[in-house]
Formats: sequence, C-alpha cells, structure tokens
Amino acid sequence: MIRIENIEKSFGRLRVLQGVSAAFEPGEVVAVIGPNGSGKTTLIKTILGMVVADKGSVLFDGKNIAGDFSYRAKIGYMPQAGRYPENMKMGQVFLMMKDIRGIKSGFTDEDLINEYGLGEMSGKMMRTLSGGTTQKVSAALAFLFNPPVLILDEPTAGLDPLAAEILKEKIQKEKNAGKLIIVTSHIMSEVEEIAGKIMYLEEGRIRFYQSVHSIKTRAGEEKLGKAIAQIMRNNRHA
Amino acid sequence: MLKITKYVIYDILRSRVMIAYTAFLLLVSLSLFSLENDSQKSLISLMSVEMIIVPLVSIVFPTTYLYNAGEFIEMLLAQPISRRSILLGEYAGVAVSMLLSFAAGVGIPVMVYAPTATGMVIFISGISLSLVFISMAFLSAVSTSDKAKGIGIALLLWFYFAVIYDGLLLGILFSFSEYPLEKTVILLASLNPIDLGRILILLKMDISALMGLTGAVYKKFFGTGLGTAYSIGMMSAWIILPLLAALGIFRKKNL
Repeated sequence: MIRIENIEKSFGRLRVLQGVSAAFEPGEVVAVIGPNGSGKTTLIKTILGMVVADKGSVLFDGKNIAGDFSYRAKIGYMPQAGRYPENMKMGQVFLMMKDIRGIKSGFTDEDLINEYGLGEMSGKMMRTLSGGTTQKVSAALAFLFNPPVLILDEPTAGLDPLAAEILKEKIQKEKNAGKLIIVTSHIMSEVEEIAGKIMYLEEGRIRFYQSVHSIKTRAGEEKLGKAIAQIMRNNRHA
Repeated sequence: MLKITKYVIYDILRSRVMIAYTAFLLLVSLSLFSLENDSQKSLISLMSVEMIIVPLVSIVFPTTYLYNAGEFIEMLLAQPISRRSILLGEYAGVAVSMLLSFAAGVGIPVMVYAPTATGMVIFISGISLSLVFISMAFLSAVSTSDKAKGIGIALLLWFYFAVIYDGLLLGILFSFSEYPLEKTVILLASLNPIDLGRILILLKMDISALMGLTGAVYKKFFGTGLGTAYSIGMMSAWIILPLLAALGIFRKKNL
C-alpha cells in the first residue's frame, strides 16, 4: 500500500533519515519507535508530503507522491500537537474539515466524536480547550473520513487513561476492518497492546522492522520492552 | 482554495487585532475630518498616517498570523489540497479581511467627508499598499521557520521602505545635485511602493508645485497616461513578485 525507498533527509548538517526503505500493507498496525530525535516524525511527515525528501521516493498504491496531493484523501493524520483557528468553535472546525474534504455529514465516521462527547462541546471556542480535549479533536478528525490509511503521531500523549483506552479500541476496530495504521509511540506497553509490527528507528536508520511475535521469540523474552532492550544490546555488541 | 479563504476570513475578522486596527483607522479618519474644515487638509494628514501605519500593520499582522497558523497549515497539508492553493487561499483570506478593515476605517469616512478624486486616490493607494505589504509579509513568513526572525525581517522591511529609503534618496539627491537627476529620481521613487503611493496622491492634490523642481518632474511624468500605466505596473509588480517568491519557497518548504 505504501512503499518508501531509500529516503534520505537532512536538516542542515543534521542527517535525520539515512536511507530508509520499508513497505506497509493494509490490515497492519505498525508502531514506529525509537529514541527522541531518531527521525520518527520526519518519516511520517515524508509520507504525508509535509517534508520533502532529499533522495528516495514514497509510493502510495504504486504511484510516486512527488508533486501529487490527491493521495492524501486516503490518509487520516493525527499530529503530535494539533492547533486550530483560535476564534472558531469546535463544531465549526468539524464542519470546516468536512467542507474542505468535500464530504457530507452522514458519510463520516463519528464514533470518536460520540464516545468523547465532543458533540456537547461543539459551541466551545477552540482557544479555550485544554490540551487533552484538543488531542481528542485531532483524533476524531483523523478517523472522521474513514480513510484506508491512518497515521497517528504519539496519539495517546496528553490523553487521559479513559480517552487513551477508547482510542486504542478504535485502532483495533479499524485494523480489523483492514486499514493500515502507522503509530509512533514511546510507551512500550501500549505498543505491545496495539501493534502487530514494530519499526525501530535509530539515528535515521531502521534497526529492525519485524512482527512483535518474532521480536519476542528472537530475544527469548515475554515482555516487549525487555525484548527490544535485549535486541538493542546484542546489536551493539555485534 | 476559496474554502480556505472563507475560513481564514472568518477567523481573522473576529480577532482582536483586526478589530483594534479598524477602530484605530476609523478614529484617526473621523478625528482628522472633524478637526479641519477644509477636507483637503485632512486628506493630507490622513495620507501621512496611511503611509506609516497601513504598511506597518499590513506587514506585521499577516506575518504573525501565518506563524500562529503554522499548525493549522500543517493540518491542511495533510488534506488533499495542493500547497499552492493553501498559500494563495491564506493570502486571499488575509488580504480580503485587511482590506475590509481598511475600507471600514478609511474608505467610509473618506466617502462621507471628502468624496473627491483625491479621496479616491488615497483610498486606492491605501489598498495597493496593504496588498504590497501583505505580500512582503508572506515572503518573510515563509522564508524562515523562526518566528522571531520572521517578524524581525518584516519590521526591517517596513523600516527600510518607510524610513531609511527616503533618507538614502535624499542623500543621493544632495551628493549628485550638480547632475540632471530627473529620470533617476522617477526610477528611484518608483522602487519604493510607499513613495509611489505618496507621489500619486500629492499629484492628485495639485500641490506638486510645493515640491519644487522634483514636483514638476513628477507631474510631467506621472501626470501622463504613460506615467499612470507605469505606476500601476510598478504597484502590481510590488504585489505579485514577493507573492510569487513566497509561493516558490513554500512549495519546497519542510513543515
């Protein structure tokens, strides 16, 4: 569904991505993990076309995304920290996104809006919302148009435990519906809960990209966090 | 693109800065017109205000607005919209709302108190200057991701065109006063949109004689059809070129 080939990207002298290649298929939940500054967000933004790679290409359904924007109709994106026009009411933001995407109410997936109770808050100004509530809006917007691909950048950071749980259930549901979901996260227990495959990035390179199951058997550990630590240690000695 | 414009206008028209800008312009225009019996004199004072305040607000407000809208623009970039439409949509939105403010704050009082050709020229130069400086604001905002730097560039541009440029021009005139500089002066003045606007207004007021020889030269050139076409062309270039440069940078920008 999405293939990235040999992506290289530098910001000034800092080489953020150094030849990253991978393929993502429908029905997968892929967790992109790695230390701060390892290039996770840059990778995601390259797929979205927000960051233009210096080298390499991104193929969406076999088509190169360079110079194209229509493919983004098939992606729902939840940014790390979404910000919206301050003087708009929440309800207006939802209407605006529907308007911009050209999709009418009734054809949208409003699960998260309902479960987070955002409907009752539709009259609130965006600038008065707490960080957590803004994240709920971002999450609801990402799923709103029923896109075949979902890209979530640290989705549960800033959400309260209940809201995070609702989001995780929603991710499971969409995965079972055959969608591709790419998530970045720092929380191992959460990754273990939702992800089927893990891509570990370090200093702009993929250290490994494997299913959770094979990571655990390879390291001989039951806990994902320990398994990954084990693999990293072995890699360093090797 | 038009959808983005619609929401930008909706967002800006309710921002406090915009309301304050409109109120300030309205207050200045109304007090200038009610202080003087001769509306011609009020127009001259109004022009001086227009040449300083309008460029300043037109360059600083859109720059800060674009930085504050950074995450929102990022959000739009994740939608199936081209970068060109996003930036042009933002431009149209900012421009329409600032021009509405200007029309309410200056246009309406001028129409009521001084519905003359001079009033009209003041209104039109104000609108052109707003557009010119909004274009420059877009250029400074896309040219760096650092907000403080971007606003710094915007302020420098304003300071250069509103203050420094005239000083340099005077310096050149004094140093080369032995030489025939008429054509050079016309060229140099048109390289500054604020000077261009001011000249057009002063010519309409028929007080160009007060400006001495330069005034006569201006009158001879800008008074003709060719001169008018030239000034319209220069103003349009001042609006379009910075915007095109901004589009070029934005197309390849990492967000």
